[in-house]
Amino acid sequence: MKGNFIDNLPKVYGIYTGGFIGFIIIMAIGEQMGMTAKAIGVCFVAFTIAIYALIGWLSRTAQADAYYVAGRQVPTVFNGMATAADWMSGASFVAMAGGIYFKGYGYMALLVGWTGGYVLVATLLAPYLRKFGCYTVPDFIGTRYGGNLTRLLAVIVLTVASFTYVTAQINATGTIASVALDIPFQYAVYVGLVSILLCSMLGGMRGVTWTQVAQYIVLIVAYLLPVFWISNKMGAGFFPHFMLADEVARIGELEQQFGFVKNSAADLANVPKGLAGITKAHSAVNATPWAFISLALAMMMGTASLPHVMMRYFTTPSVKAARKSVGWSLFFIFLLYSSAPMLATLSKLSLIDPSLPTGIIGKSIAEVQAIDWYQNWNAANLMFVSDFNGNGTLELNEFFMGGKAVVLATPEIAGLPYVISGLVAAGGMAAAMSTADGLILAIANAISHDVYYKIIDPKAETAKRLVVARVLLVVIGFAAATIAALEIQGILGSVIWAFDFAMSGLFFPLVLGVWWKRANKEGACAGMALGLLSGLAYLIWVRNGGSGFLGITQLTFGIFGSAVSLVSMVVVSLITSAPNAATQKMVDEVRVPSGRSIIGKQ
Amino acid sequence: MSKQAQHWEKTRGLLMVTLAIWFVFSIGIFLFGAEMNSMTGPFGYPLTYWFTCQGSLGIFVILIFWFANRQEKIDEEFGFSERGDD
Repeated sequence: MKGNFIDNLPKVYGIYTGGFIGFIIIMAIGEQMGMTAKAIGVCFVAFTIAIYALIGWLSRTAQADAYYVAGRQVPTVFNGMATAADWMSGASFVAMAGGIYFKGYGYMALLVGWTGGYVLVATLLAPYLRKFGCYTVPDFIGTRYGGNLTRLLAVIVLTVASFTYVTAQINATGTIASVALDIPFQYAVYVGLVSILLCSMLGGMRGVTWTQVAQYIVLIVAYLLPVFWISNKMGAGFFPHFMLADEVARIGELEQQFGFVKNSAADLANVPKGLAGITKAHSAVNATPWAFISLALAMMMGTASLPHVMMRYFTTPSVKAARKSVGWSLFFIFLLYSSAPMLATLSKLSLIDPSLPTGIIGKSIAEVQAIDWYQNWNAANLMFVSDFNGNGTLELNEFFMGGKAVVLATPEIAGLPYVISGLVAAGGMAAAMSTADGLILAIANAISHDVYYKIIDPKAETAKRLVVARVLLVVIGFAAATIAALEIQGILGSVIWAFDFAMSGLFFPLVLGVWWKRANKEGACAGMALGLLSGLAYLIWVRNGGSGFLGITQLTFGIFGSAVSLVSMVVVSLITSAPNAATQKMVDEVRVPSGRSIIGKQ
Repeated sequence: MSKQAQHWEKTRGLLMVTLAIWFVFSIGIFLFGAEMNSMTGPFGYPLTYWFTCQGSLGIFVILIFWFANRQEKIDEEFGFSERGDD
């Protein structure tokens, strides 16, 4: 191919997408010719990981600019795809449709929160941090406010939030690898980790960028293809997003007809851990306004504070491109998020509607227990039925499922070929890997650039800095994998905590750094330290039986943390002296797109 | 008022408008979630349900592109836009 790599990007990824679709077709033919389900699963996961590793190797670099910010030349649309993959984690891919399936409206606050946050990113932060020209988020805090303590505190908040998040992602790669490759979870976690490191170790941000684009393509194909296929197969409509109103209404009718019977505690004790029944209405408003709004708000502010997302906008060629790129990111995220409720609707209807061939409610218990897919997913501990009332037929309240089953099992329930299940496994793996890569890189870069280079050894040569960065990448990866192997908390819970930690410590120090000239070093330190500590204290208090206040739960503790952060930052800034003239001038320059970046100038 | 101060004033104005629209579709309408859900929204979905699964999300996408274009205009007006590369 002629010309440089960047100009050829559409062609390169076009060929890649064509190759991937060709691979799916080959697998489908293989299935017809008698390839086993297990072999297909192994092929999908192994083939995609091999491609990512190849991209990672091709992107290897010895330059700091390429390693930290991909040479600042990633075009807007491709950066949007990479951000979408960076953003959509294993939880978004595997657990989101399940959450909507079980909790309905109350859960959909997450959809609104995880998209609305990008408006804050685009307006308040991304373009200004891009103009700043920093390598990492603590780099901005450290330079804007000055002093090693501010830098160090920013690194601590970043590490707490990102580390909480990354263990969940490695857990997800382990879960998928253990199912697809049929190996024990404790080992699968490390298989996942090695694949993650293959993408990021040699090329840093450059490697991660180009693998994330590849991973986005895999994950979006793997999510949309089954949704459209199932919808067409069920006769629900060829474009589900616009055509499922009747199905949503039908679920409402069935809910009325069956009623939500409450199970006794003794009955529920028999249900395997982690499985749930349908206890909430599908499309009715089932949460108080404040419960919905507080969760959405926490996720929005968390989005704007998470460093692995913010650092993606450091890689665009210009400030203008950074703004547009946020729009593209959200567009690519929207493609998946708007499909999750459709998948939940299709999945629920196909299971509970007695007039559909796949419906199991109203069938006899013995009949359901004899279904192939029921036996498979029951063995995988993701489905369970029990005849609580002893009448021999399955009632709505007697059917239990794991949240992951909505994405993983629906293709099989709807009678799609196994090749789709293999594709979904590859998609889930891509989603979890891409997020884990972004997070591990965010932590390792912050420690290598901000702690090692800026604080410990400012004279270190590039080669040495990059060795330190890579060693940290491996160490942090293994630490996260080791914690993930212990399986302390669920995937989704720890993801939401990460948002709350990030917003408690970083939201106001970042935003006020651009929008309030009077904000100074002392204020920023107080805001970060007190915000993080009060958020953490609130979480511990509520976890240990504390009643909480204002309806702030352990999922939204960031609202309390960030409020403390804001108040302490403003008060401390005002009682200490204003930032010096050089800093004020720096803020002025950050506010206009033209001119050279702040950090490059020094 | 200096060129830079005027630029910042317009930028702040745009921020307020953008955040106001954002507030309506991320928080405002959900204060009336229960009341709105009895109405029929686009494509026949219950209205609040539609906003949570498509409406608000899509509006955010459009809002960001609209904001980016407006901000570019403001930057150009005061001669603060970047040269060349995109």
